[in-house]
Amino acid sequence: MSQDVFIIGADMLKFGRFPDRTVPDLGAEAALLALRDAGLGIGDIDAFYCGNLVEAMEMVGQRILHHIGQTGIPVVNVANACATGATALREGLMAIKSGMHDVVLCVGVEKLPRGLMGGGAQPSPQLEGLFGSTSMPSVFAQVGQEYARNHGATFEQFAKVSVKNHHHSTMNPKAMYRIETPLEMVMQAEMISWPNTKLMCSVNVDGAAAAVLASEKTTRRLGLMGQAVRIRGSALASDPWSPRNQTMPDFNTVTRLAAARAYEMAGLGPDDIDLVELHDCFATAELVHYENLSLCGEGEAGRMIDEGEAALGGRIPVNVSGGLLSKGHPLSATGIANVYEVVTHLRGQAGARQVEGARIGLTHVVGAGHAGAAAGVHILEKA
Amino acid sequence: MTAVQDPRTPKAAVSHICLSRLDDPYIEGHRCGGCGEVFLEVHARCARCFGDDLTPARLGDTGRLYNFTIVHRSFPGVVTPFVSAIVDMDGGGVVRGTLKGAGVDPAALAFDMPVRLVFGDSGQKDEQGAPYIAYHFVPSQGPTS
Ligand SMILES: [Zn+2]
Repeated sequence: MSQDVFIIGADMLKFGRFPDRTVPDLGAEAALLALRDAGLGIGDIDAFYCGNLVEAMEMVGQRILHHIGQTGIPVVNVANACATGATALREGLMAIKSGMHDVVLCVGVEKLPRGLMGGGAQPSPQLEGLFGSTSMPSVFAQVGQEYARNHGATFEQFAKVSVKNHHHSTMNPKAMYRIETPLEMVMQAEMISWPNTKLMCSVNVDGAAAAVLASEKTTRRLGLMGQAVRIRGSALASDPWSPRNQTMPDFNTVTRLAAARAYEMAGLGPDDIDLVELHDCFATAELVHYENLSLCGEGEAGRMIDEGEAALGGRIPVNVSGGLLSKGHPLSATGIANVYEVVTHLRGQAGARQVEGARIGLTHVVGAGHAGAAAGVHILEKA
Repeated sequence: MTAVQDPRTPKAAVSHICLSRLDDPYIEGHRCGGCGEVFLEVHARCARCFGDDLTPARLGDTGRLYNFTIVHRSFPGVVTPFVSAIVDMDGGGVVRGTLKGAGVDPAALAFDMPVRLVFGDSGQKDEQGAPYIAYHFVPSQGPTS
């Protein structure tokens, strides 16, 4: 059996807007913070997995090394839509599991153009509006609508997700926004794509996050077991065939597939999880993922949000960082930032938003284009 | 026979619209002989059963509203609001399209309501001035056949 892999350093930039900085510059800062957290330098790193989407053809990983040290290590640039960060982390994990490397660096970094995601360069003719919509707000509005169709969730229940996550972010100094958004404010905000209002859409920001991973042997040799977090489960899935998924991306089946694999690898179940950072790119998405990650039974997500079970202090706190809705969603950084959040709780360093006694946490991201989907799930345990 | 086509002959706005007869446009999908699934794109193998028995199939004109959202904000230049619909077509296939004639009030839209396809000029032209033919959905009284 291959040896366990540990996160020995992790950090992220406070998400925001950095018009005067470059992608490699942001990634380099996050990398240095994570290295410092581990007490290491770039010379200690055997391989580097770098996630970025907007400059995916521009060797972002190599350019980060230009900023912090060109050591000649293998660099793998990773792109997998909004599952990019989780994919980069998993590549690093597998490199250590394989025995090829002992210590690796994983970075997710993004600097986003402003405005609505999902457009890209439109060829003639303009299809948006002509054949419905493929914008991300529309795609994820339909995710909620399908849940409403099957289980009767209401606009108000979806809106409560946003109220909760904005509240959580007031306790997170690294969140983009730190403001309370009462229910009426969320529901009365500009409607973007029914039933998601503007305050139910994730925040379009720049950011970077990084993690340093090491083998068990190296973690012990460095004397870092005290701050280390064990990666118990790591799973990635592509969208298997499911009815309609070539017309309407299906994030449920792909998430369930990744979650089942991660739980199996970890030898753990949903009852073992103390906190969850999941992919709330839109408020509608969070509710469906309660069920996709087996945090509640079928049809119970509405009740779960109504009864505060997913809030800090509840049965299974979800997105205590503020989530993508309020902490922000710099695409490729998201899947490593959520790992940083869980690591912080497992170390007992999350301050006002600390989930008391957290031992095991789960992170989840999904990625999508106008077709095709990915899901990444990691289960982390205090070493 | 080699005929030079008028550059302003109407064109399909998306590749799965078949315009072999301009007075009888339809959606051409591909049906898998192994499992019966219908795809709008041309694929090498069936995504569901991996079989290679894929043959062109004319989709029906009627279906039921499986899912929808009302789009209030879209990309620059796109007129809003509009209803983006996902429709289960009678006889197989799933089609995304704009639903017109049903308003933009969520209370007026019901899951599974019957709809039908309407083909027509999209109002957009290519560089040579050829109009793009598109389709949208309208509410209907259910399958007619
Ligand atoms: Zn088939």
